Amino acid sequence: MISIITNHWQDLLYGLGQTLLCSILALFFSLIIGSFFAIFEVVPSKTLRIIARVYIEIFRNIPLLVITMFFYVVIPMFFVKVNGFTAGTIGLTIYTSAFIAETVRSGIQSVDPGQMEGSRANGMTFSQAMRYVVLPQAFRIVIPPLGNQFINLVKNSSVLAFVAGFDLMYQGNTIASTSFDTLNAYFVVGVLYLIITMPLSYYMRYLEKRLN
Amino acid sequence: MKKIIRYLGLLTSLCLLVMVLSSCGSKKASDQSVLSRAKQTNTIVWGVKADTKLFGLMDVKDSQIKGFDVDMAKALTKQILGPTGKASFIQVSSQTRIPLLKNGNIDAVIATMTITPDRQKVVDFSNHYFNAGQSLLVKKGSPIKSVKDLNKSGTQVLAVTGANSVANFQKVAPKAKVLELQDYAQALQALKSGQGKALTTDNGILLGMAVENPGYKVVGGAFTKEPYGIAVNKGQKTFVKKINQALKQLRANGEYDKIVKKWFGNISGFDYKEAEK
Repeated sequence: MISIITNHWQDLLYGLGQTLLCSILALFFSLIIGSFFAIFEVVPSKTLRIIARVYIEIFRNIPLLVITMFFYVVIPMFFVKVNGFTAGTIGLTIYTSAFIAETVRSGIQSVDPGQMEGSRANGMTFSQAMRYVVLPQAFRIVIPPLGNQFINLVKNSSVLAFVAGFDLMYQGNTIASTSFDTLNAYFVVGVLYLIITMPLSYYMRYLEKRLN
Repeated sequence: MKKIIRYLGLLTSLCLLVMVLSSCGSKKASDQSVLSRAKQTNTIVWGVKADTKLFGLMDVKDSQIKGFDVDMAKALTKQILGPTGKASFIQVSSQTRIPLLKNGNIDAVIATMTITPDRQKVVDFSNHYFNAGQSLLVKKGSPIKSVKDLNKSGTQVLAVTGANSVANFQKVAPKAKVLELQDYAQALQALKSGQGKALTTDNGILLGMAVENPGYKVVGGAFTKEPYGIAVNKGQKTFVKKINQALKQLRANGEYDKIVKKWFGNISGFDYKEAEK
């Protein structure tokens, strides 16, 4: 195990960086996209609701690998060149945003409808009521399930390994197959994933405590 | 502080668990004699490729794996266990073949596996049964004529994880960047969508791809020697000896020649006599 770390620490560090970068980008964008689709799902406009439902149902129910492969293989054939890292990050963002949309929607709907009615009765527009009254309460409710999504996102970033995205899992595969020490290679990779996900998990717990 | 201690405690207990598990796992597979178990069950379990045209490819119509490696394995099984011996096949990739062999899931690997000193440290090889050489697959009309054209920084070349073609290629073209994909089907797909300038691996495999995909061709000739061997777990000396004996018999009675001709006789641009040596 020590020999794997001393021989391959550069690869592992690079992989850790790629995994972190991919996770942060995907987390940021999927949170934004997901929140928008969550709001689309509860607005009065029927067209927006249908668009949101179609988006969520499609990307929630397709395996992440299929979405990623689509961006890695199909898009470059007809449109622009997409490298493995970008394809993986886009795939992960789209996939996670569908789950986040559902999570946030459930949060919005669990806020007492009286809150929205009260805000509207006091002269706020729909979007004002959403922004200042409903969404802050909704996000407080969805922090624990969102934490789950974030942790899943970090682990799902291993999809990069399938499209040569040079992430932790990719490095793990390469090290395992060049050193033939499969067990220890994957063990080190597992510990490195823990180093990312454990603090994230503790931070979500801390946030949950502070807000309640 | 308390939290950190708890966190560290969790990590160390995980470490211990893995160490204990690994120490009991590694003993089992190498202690048993593969040959005597094979004789008892009258079956040899071979690890073969299922994504490699000509060597081992899954036929979707009858879900059988077919290819040169598969036919060799069947012939070898008959030689070792007698005419009633059964060969059973498990699909492996470049990446999984050694781990599967080490933990005893398969008895032997016959999957386009080059005999290399690195691999000889962890597994035992039979004498070689096929002489391949590493080459390049490119799109027809591509300006790339040989490995030299790829030795530029910023050039991306595709290969498969676990194949020694990665290390070989980096030796001859150190400036190019190698993207490692999971299997040959995926690597070919990536080549088609322009993720890399060329796909590098053994010529036998590449020729199979060129046969299936008329828009692609093999260029540059062989720039390494890749003798394929049959791999078995360490400590199975009697089994290796049996395989070598069987190989010799197959070469002597003409069966080997027949199998080579069946798969490689009609491939233009490939000298099967060279591969037989």
